[in-house]
Amino acid sequence: MTLTTLLILAAALIGIGLYGALSQQSFVMLMMGLELMLNGVMLAAVAFWAFSGTGAPEGQLLTIVVMAVMAIEMALGFALVVAVFRAKQADMTEALSELKQ
Amino acid sequence: MTPSLGTHIAFGVLAAFAVLTGWRVFCTDSMVRASFFLLLSFIAVGAIMILLTAEYLGVAMFCMMAVEMMVMALFMVMFMMNPAGLNPMKMVHQERVAIVVGVIAFVVLSAVAVLSEFPDAPLPAEHVPTISLGRELLGDSMLVFETAGVVLLTTMVGVVVLSSRRGRYGCADDGSMPPGLEPGGEPAGQPSEEEGEHTHHHH
Repeated sequence: MTLTTLLILAAALIGIGLYGALSQQSFVMLMMGLELMLNGVMLAAVAFWAFSGTGAPEGQLLTIVVMAVMAIEMALGFALVVAVFRAKQADMTEALSELKQ
Repeated sequence: MTPSLGTHIAFGVLAAFAVLTGWRVFCTDSMVRASFFLLLSFIAVGAIMILLTAEYLGVAMFCMMAVEMMVMALFMVMFMMNPAGLNPMKMVHQERVAIVVGVIAFVVLSAVAVLSEFPDAPLPAEHVPTISLGRELLGDSMLVFETAGVVLLTTMVGVVVLSSRRGRYGCADDGSMPPGLEPGGEPAGQPSEEEGEHTHHHH
């Protein structure tokens, strides 16, 4: 368990999350990709805190802020999905094409 | 902080578990199972945080994710295309591009991790992470912490506004129009036609 291996693990989680966010058609699955990316970000923040920050407490604070961002993303995301579903009966990204050229 | 051999082994197992479950999220047939795989991935990362002596963050991760993924599973049931995951489900678009972009992100970020020189400044021996975090949260960084709380409150209000069907002046889908001052009169508080024209000519 070194900083390098931890960051590689975080990179793997971010890569998988990016794949999910780009490839999934369902809104809720797309949001799971975003959550997985934030998971990797939190791991990287804690790894930096533990290995190259001499235990500065701001490193942990950053992780708490990312956790709050994650909660906000999920709450607002689900509210938007519900609102879009009410307006258009759509739960797939393809069904929304009004801004498409 | 010099990790013991047991810590290294535990980290290896948890890392493999986190990546495996994270990957299984996007190739399982049932969306509920996908949210539970995501929960497992988060729990593995939380355990790694505990290995890194960030006990508070690891435990907070467990508690938060346990609740969050239950809510997620509920929404998954509501939006599920494929009840019970009995049929094979693969609902993806631009998959090739997505795989390429994901791999590129992984390779680039790993290259950054391997090739760059990060300062080697581990935790001091007598460091107590939870106490230092508590002093930071209610001390120097209190403004950040309180701002996060206020933003969460704002989110709650925004979510209720977004998801409530009826606005104050009727159905939210119709666009809102305040009622008249007398029954059947003009909507109150709206600029009249000529007033709108007038301000328009000024520009």
